[in-house]
Amino acid sequence: MTEETGKSFYETGRPGIRGWIFSTDHKRIGLLYLTSMLTFFTVGVCLGLTMRLQLMFPGHSIVPAHVYNSLYTLHGVIMIFLFVIPGLPAVFGNFMLPLMLGAEDVAFPRINLLSWWLFVTGAGLALLTIFFGGLPDTGWTFYAPYSIRSGQNVSLAVFAAFILGFSSILTGLNFVVTIHRLRAKGMGWFKMPLFAWGLYATGWIQILATPVVGITLLLILVERIFHIGLFDPTIGGDPVLYQHLFWIYSHPAVYIMILPAMGAISEIVPTFSRRTIFGYKMIAFSSMAIAIVGYLVWGHHMFTSGMSNTARAVFSLLTFLVAIPTAVKVFNWLATLYKGSIVLQTPLLFALSFIFLFSIGGFTGLIQGALSTDIHLHDTTFIVAHFHYTMFGGTGFAFFGALHYWFPKMFGRMYKEKPAKLGWLLMFLGFNFLYFPLFIAGFMGQPRRYYDYLPKFAVPNLVSTIGSWILVAGLIVLAVNLIRALRFGEKAPANPWKAATLEWETSSPPPLENFVEPPVVTQGPYDFVGKGLVKG
Amino acid sequence: MEPVEGSHEHSDYIGAKIGMWLFLFTEVLLFGGLFLCYAVYRHRYAQDFHSAAHELNAVLGCVNTLVLLTSSLTMALAISALQKNRPGLSRFYLWATIGCAVIFLGIKYVEWGAKIHHGIYPGSEHLMANFNPGERLFFGLYFSMTGLHGLHVIIGGIVLLCVERIVAKLPRGEDPGESGTVTIIENAGLYWHLVDIIWVYLFPLYYLLT
Ligand code: HEM
Repeated sequence: MTEETGKSFYETGRPGIRGWIFSTDHKRIGLLYLTSMLTFFTVGVCLGLTMRLQLMFPGHSIVPAHVYNSLYTLHGVIMIFLFVIPGLPAVFGNFMLPLMLGAEDVAFPRINLLSWWLFVTGAGLALLTIFFGGLPDTGWTFYAPYSIRSGQNVSLAVFAAFILGFSSILTGLNFVVTIHRLRAKGMGWFKMPLFAWGLYATGWIQILATPVVGITLLLILVERIFHIGLFDPTIGGDPVLYQHLFWIYSHPAVYIMILPAMGAISEIVPTFSRRTIFGYKMIAFSSMAIAIVGYLVWGHHMFTSGMSNTARAVFSLLTFLVAIPTAVKVFNWLATLYKGSIVLQTPLLFALSFIFLFSIGGFTGLIQGALSTDIHLHDTTFIVAHFHYTMFGGTGFAFFGALHYWFPKMFGRMYKEKPAKLGWLLMFLGFNFLYFPLFIAGFMGQPRRYYDYLPKFAVPNLVSTIGSWILVAGLIVLAVNLIRALRFGEKAPANPWKAATLEWETSSPPPLENFVEPPVVTQGPYDFVGKGLVKG
Repeated sequence: MEPVEGSHEHSDYIGAKIGMWLFLFTEVLLFGGLFLCYAVYRHRYAQDFHSAAHELNAVLGCVNTLVLLTSSLTMALAISALQKNRPGLSRFYLWATIGCAVIFLGIKYVEWGAKIHHGIYPGSEHLMANFNPGERLFFGLYFSMTGLHGLHVIIGGIVLLCVERIVAKLPRGEDPGESGTVTIIENAGLYWHLVDIIWVYLFPLYYLLT
């Protein structure tokens, strides 16, 4: 393919490192994000492993208590702000969205570059706390009043998070405008691939929710420097107000993490069942519904913080409501698979395990959304298991699925199928060994964020730690396989999976301007028969 | 010819406008968090907020409001001058707008200076010893909100300076609508009006509700 269309985007543009870090090409920016995020992810995983090692046996100590506090804070900050929130949009959104829409680039290429620079600046500032003033020890939630009093360098960390928020806003804004303005000729809203719908809903949340946490984190900074007193009870403020402001953003933020992941799953499932997606419009609208209802449920993080009974009942009810559009998606994916001609390749394995793990995460979310049970489960390792099932089992697995799905397009090489499947298997098994026991320990009452625990929780914790090793073994297999493929992999054809969306119509890797001729869209995004990919 | 990177940067008037409005939305929400705090504490400490507001100088506040409203007018005039392809006039009005911004900041400086001189600033001993919790929060919020607003005035002023430079460099006889300069000045104007509007809300909430 490349011979016909000329050079790929790797071969055009300025040479050397400056051709990358100052490039406004959406594809290069996507890859910049990919490398920086995978680096941070690796650091985060190492921190997680250290914590699990500490928790292997009761009373077993490799790190002192205050270091453990910094470990989970840094792990949380890295995983949340540097991995899952930028997550799929920053990497695959940047790379694929213009391709999927048949555009040359995003609406504001220079702002796109700026957002990557803000991202690395924020990340750099956060890591500077290692050297200046000590790692923060507040947890990634920076709850007041402790975050105001803590002697560690919380100021720099919240400022870093503020910058990262700004980067996220700019990405969201860019995507919303791109989707409104740059769709190819003939691509109506309902001919867009569902990944684009996911990004669209996400973009709105990024725009509407992130500024609130931005100002909230700035207030922590101001509070630490000037003692304004808004969240400090000794001056007259109310720490619970901080929690409200924080979760008004941070709950919608979990949908920032999951909606693009669901979008990617909606691409993978039809491609590997060779069948048009079931209920296209329902999936598209359920993304928007999740985005809207997701705004109104932040109170469920605060059932034990002091709220009126009415407020708690309302928040609980709304929390249950969010489950409906989510379930709509799950049923649609399953219905798509039904009677499809399924090809069980690595991306589909990730997608199926996403559905499985995310469902567990979702159902346990309902348990916490119910008032009476949440009082018992609040701040136990049950919660730790729940959010790892949704964020890691959900978004994390979708991320790796998307990486395997779009790898040939991004790098123009094929990876080996067998090691990828092995890596997936290890990851999936390890994941369940790592986190499922924490549901049980949490149910028995083990609190989270402690560096030690009572002997009665010994068994689930030991299993969990062993699980973490299996998981990491899987990650290593996947990584080695992909890195090998970069050099030695077979050359990828334009459309290795026989997918029907636009990004597969250009060469792998695409040329700088994406398409030689601006595409004109006549069929739907999953019309395998119409495109001659499947016999009718 | 080989495609050059950046060559595909197109000028899309509507796209630029949507982007700007979305950005303004985020600014409103940024301030929204603070307005929310204000609402919560005003509700909780109504009496304290009432008495603390007496400390603020309503005359200076009024003058500042007039200054900013005037600057909005000159901004609008600058835009329409450029739309009518009169860059010289446009630059004159831009300078007038920047002048208003400077006056506004000057008056703000005097106000803050007086407060700080009297020991009324966040964390001061005077504030902790002689004021009620609600009054302390009132001043805390006053300094944060007017401070953040002042920061926006400064940023807005810098943006206007840049726009002035761009207009000054317009080649003679070129239609500013074609080159995208009109889009730039319109978006800068939108930003400036937003900064104004926020003040229009801050002013009554702090100075007039006594
Ligand atoms: C090998 C992978 C991982 C391991 C071994 C691991 C392990 C852990 C452990 C032991 C904790 C602390 C529990 C406690 O004491 O409260 C924790 C907390 C956390 N993890 Fe992970 N984790 C991993 C991956 C991830 C990923 C991929 C994400 C996000 C996508 C994530 C997000 C979080 C968050 C947000 C916290 C809470 C931090 C806080 O309490 O402030 N983790 N993890």
